[in-house]
Amino acid sequence: MMNYFPDEVLEHVFDFLESHRDRNAVSLVCQSWYRVERFSREKVFIGNCYAISPERVIARFPRVRSLTLKGKPHFADFNLVPSDWGGFVLPWIEAMARSGVNLEELRLKRMVVSDESLELLARSFPNLRSLVLVSCEGFTTDGLAAIASNCRFLTELDLQENEVEDRRGQWLSCFPDSCTSLVSLNFACLKGEVNLAALERLVARNHNLRSLRLNHAVPLDALQKILMQAPQLVDLGTGSYVHDPDSDTYNKLKSAVQKCTSIRSLSGFLDVAPRCLPAIYPICLNLTSLNLSYASLIHNSELIKLIHHCSQLQRLWILDCIGDKGLGVVASTCKELQELRVFPSDIHGVGSAAVTEEGLVAISAGCPKLNSILYFCQQMTNAALITVAKNCPNFIRFRLCTLNPTIPDPVTMQPLDEGFGAIVQSCKGLKRLSLSGLLTDQVFLYIGMYAEQLEMLSVAFAGDSDKGMLYVLNGCKKLKKLEIRDSPFGNVALLADVGKYETMRSLWMSSCEVTLGACKTLAKKMPRLNVEVINENDLIDASSDDRQKVEKMYLYRTLVGPREDAPEFVWTL
Amino acid sequence: MEGYSPRLLDLIPKEREWLVQRDEEERKHGASEEKKLELRLGPPGQEEDWTRKNNSTRKINDERSLFSLGYFPNVGQNTNTNTFMIQAQKAQFQLQPTTTPQGLSVMGKESSQSCSTKVADLQNAAEKKMAFSPAPAANTAGPNSSQKRTAPGPVVGWPPIRSFRKNLAGTSSSKPQPESQSVVPNKVSSENPVDSCPKGLFVKINMDGVPIGRKVDLKAYESYDKLASAVDELFRGLLAAQMDSSAGRIQNKQESEKAITGLLDGSGEYTLVYEDNEGDRMLVGDVPWHMFVSTVKRLRVLKSSELSTLRLNSKQEKVPLGADMR
Repeated sequence: MMNYFPDEVLEHVFDFLESHRDRNAVSLVCQSWYRVERFSREKVFIGNCYAISPERVIARFPRVRSLTLKGKPHFADFNLVPSDWGGFVLPWIEAMARSGVNLEELRLKRMVVSDESLELLARSFPNLRSLVLVSCEGFTTDGLAAIASNCRFLTELDLQENEVEDRRGQWLSCFPDSCTSLVSLNFACLKGEVNLAALERLVARNHNLRSLRLNHAVPLDALQKILMQAPQLVDLGTGSYVHDPDSDTYNKLKSAVQKCTSIRSLSGFLDVAPRCLPAIYPICLNLTSLNLSYASLIHNSELIKLIHHCSQLQRLWILDCIGDKGLGVVASTCKELQELRVFPSDIHGVGSAAVTEEGLVAISAGCPKLNSILYFCQQMTNAALITVAKNCPNFIRFRLCTLNPTIPDPVTMQPLDEGFGAIVQSCKGLKRLSLSGLLTDQVFLYIGMYAEQLEMLSVAFAGDSDKGMLYVLNGCKKLKKLEIRDSPFGNVALLADVGKYETMRSLWMSSCEVTLGACKTLAKKMPRLNVEVINENDLIDASSDDRQKVEKMYLYRTLVGPREDAPEFVWTL
Repeated sequence: MEGYSPRLLDLIPKEREWLVQRDEEERKHGASEEKKLELRLGPPGQEEDWTRKNNSTRKINDERSLFSLGYFPNVGQNTNTNTFMIQAQKAQFQLQPTTTPQGLSVMGKESSQSCSTKVADLQNAAEKKMAFSPAPAANTAGPNSSQKRTAPGPVVGWPPIRSFRKNLAGTSSSKPQPESQSVVPNKVSSENPVDSCPKGLFVKINMDGVPIGRKVDLKAYESYDKLASAVDELFRGLLAAQMDSSAGRIQNKQESEKAITGLLDGSGEYTLVYEDNEGDRMLVGDVPWHMFVSTVKRLRVLKSSELSTLRLNSKQEKVPLGADMR
C-alpha cells in the first residue's frame, strides 16, 4: 500500500525520522524508499571516515547539508595511536567543494584538520553555519581566522578539547562587524591570548548568543563586562576566574551574574580563586550541568559548599578531590542527577583525596535517575558494584577506571567479575561499558550473556584466555566497537568468527597475543575489512615471521578497500 | 632501589611465557575445549570443567559470591538473580582473615597513590617501577594472579585520560602548558618512547662514519656510564671495520680496535648526543637519567670536532603543521 503514496508524502514522513539509524533502516525496505530517503537525507553521519569515500557519500546523498565524521580510534585519546596515523578531513572538504554540496554544518571528532582544510571550508561553503571540532588537531588560529572572516552566517563555532597551535594572530578580530548571527562560541581549549576588546564587541552585537565558553586568557574583569552584554546566556564557560573578592570588579561581577537568570550550564574555572566562587551561587539553583573537572584548585570544602546550591543538576563533571564525603553531598543534594564523571586529580602525595567505592555507592543510592557514569577511583569492591547495580538499573553508560588497572577487590582479594556481572545483568539497557580492576574470563562470560544492548566495550589488562574475547564476540549481538589492550586474547579468539567484524564498526587490539599470521589470515578471508597493523618501532616488516606478535592492530569494515593515506608505519594487510 | 628494577624486568618475560603456556595447555585439550568455547545460555554446569581445570592455578575454589547471601534480599522473587547466582556457582560467603584486608588496603592505597603520582610524572619511570612492586605482592588471591598483567612499571595511557587533564592538578595555569607550545601540534608531546613499548625501550643509535645503525634498549642501563660503555662495545668493532676498509689495509682486528671513550664529557674523539621528543638535538648527560629515558627518541655518536659546526637545536627540521597528505 505504501507504494501508492507519492514520493513527497514519503519524504514528509521520513522528515520525522531524527536518527540516522532509523533512516538507514527505512532505506532498506524497498527500492523506492531507498530512493526517496537518499534524496531527502540532509544529515549524514559517518562513524569511521575510512569506511566509505567522500565521493560515494555525496553520490548517494546529494542533498547533504550536515556531515559528521569520526576519524581516529578511541584509544588515540590516550596516546596509543601514533599522531600521524591518519583521519584527514581535507579529502572530504575537497570532494564536497568539487561537487557543489551546500554544506551548512560540519562536525568532526578525532580528525586531523589543517589550516588549509579550514581555509577551503570557509571559501567553498557560503552557507556554512556550524563548525564543531572535538579532539581534533593539526590546525592553528590562522585557520580559525579564515572561518571567522568568511563564514557570514556562522551560528556555531564549537572547539572542544582540540590541539590548536596559537599563532598570536587576531582571529577573534576577524569576525566582521556584520557578524551578528552567533549562537554558540566555544574557544575554551585555545591556549593563547585573545583580543579582549574584540571579544566584548563581538558579544555585544550577537544578541542571539546562547553559549559562550572562554579560554583561560580571558580574565575575570572581562568576564564581568561580557556578562553585562549577554544576560541571555544559557551556557557559560568562564575563563580565568581569579580576582580580589573585595574589589569593585568582583562586586560588579556579582550583580552581572545575578542578571543571568537563563544560565543552565556552567564550566571553565581552570584558574580559580575559591573566594570568588560565591558570586555564582545565585545561578547554581538553576544549573542542570556543571563541569568543574578542570578546577583543580578548588578545595574539597568549597566544592561541597558549591554543590549544596545545585539541587537541579542533571550532569556533573568533577575531580576526585571531592572525595567520598563530597560525593555523599552530591547524592543528597542532586536528586535529578543523570550523568556523573569523576576524573583523577593527580595528587602529588598531598593526602589521598581519591574516591573509592563508597562514593559510588552513595551516588547510586541517592540519585535514582543516574544513567551514565565515568568513575576514576582508587579501589572498587564487588559488594559495592552489586549494590550499585541494584540501585541503578538504568545505566546506559558505565565506565569504571581503577587507578591501578589490575587491582582486585581489596576486601575479599577477588577479581571484580561478580561486580561487573551484576552491572550487566541488572542494567538491561547498557550500551557502553569500560572495565578495570582484576578480571578473569568470567566477567566476559557475564557480559556475553547479559549485555544484550552493548555497543561499545573497553577492556584493559583483563581476562585469562581466548575464551574471554569469544564470550563477548558470541554473545553481544549489538556490539559495534571493541577495544582491547594488554589482555591475553589471541588468534583463536580473533579468527573464530570472522564474519562478526562486518557487523561491527571496528576492533582495536594492542599488546595482546595476536600474531601477524593470524592478522594476515583474517585480512585474506575478509576483503571488506581493513586490517591495519601499526608498527612504530620498526618491529615488523614484510620479512617478519608470521608467528610474531602484533603490538597494535586496528581493523574496521570498509567499502573502499585499503586507504591510500596510511603512513609507512601502518601496514594494511 | 636498584635491586628492584631487574626483578621486575625478569617478571615481564616470565609473564608472557606463562600466558602462552596456558594457551597451549588449553589447545591441547582439543575438541572438547572448542565446544566449551561456545556461549551457552543454560546453567553453566559445563563451565565447571573450565574452572576445575584452572583450579590448580587460580584457586577458584576460594572465590565466593558476595551476593549469594545478604545482598539480594529479594532472592526468592527475582528469578534473574537466581540464575545469575547459579551461573556464579558460588557457595557460602567466606570471610577473609582480617589481617589481609588491613594490610592490603594500606598497600592498595600506596600503590594507587604511586599510580597517581606516576601518572602525573611519567618521567620518574625508574622510581615508579619500585613503587608499583607492592601491588603484585598484594594480590594474594593466588600466585598466578600476581603474575598476570599487573602492569609493572609506568603504564602507557593509564589511567585513560587525555593529555591535557594530566597537566591540570595543582598547577595554577595562567601560562600555557609546555606541551601546548609544541611547534608541531599534531605530535602529542606526551607520546614518548617510554609510552610505546613498556617491555623495553629500544632506540636507534647511529655513529658518524658507520653506515649501519644499531638499536639499544635503554631500559637495560641505569646510568649514563653504563650506556656509554655499551655504546663503546657496540661500535668499537664496526668502527674498526670501517677504518680497515677505508684504509684498504688488512690489519689485526685487535690492534685496530680502539676503545671509544669520553663520550659524555667531550674529552673523546666522539660525543654522544640524542634527539628528544621535541625534535631537538641535545647533549647526553645534562638531565637525570630517568628524565633522559623518557624524552629520548634516538641517539647519535658524533665526532666531537664536528659539534661546533652543527646546529644542535635545530627546529627547522620539524615536520610542517597539519600532516595532510596532499
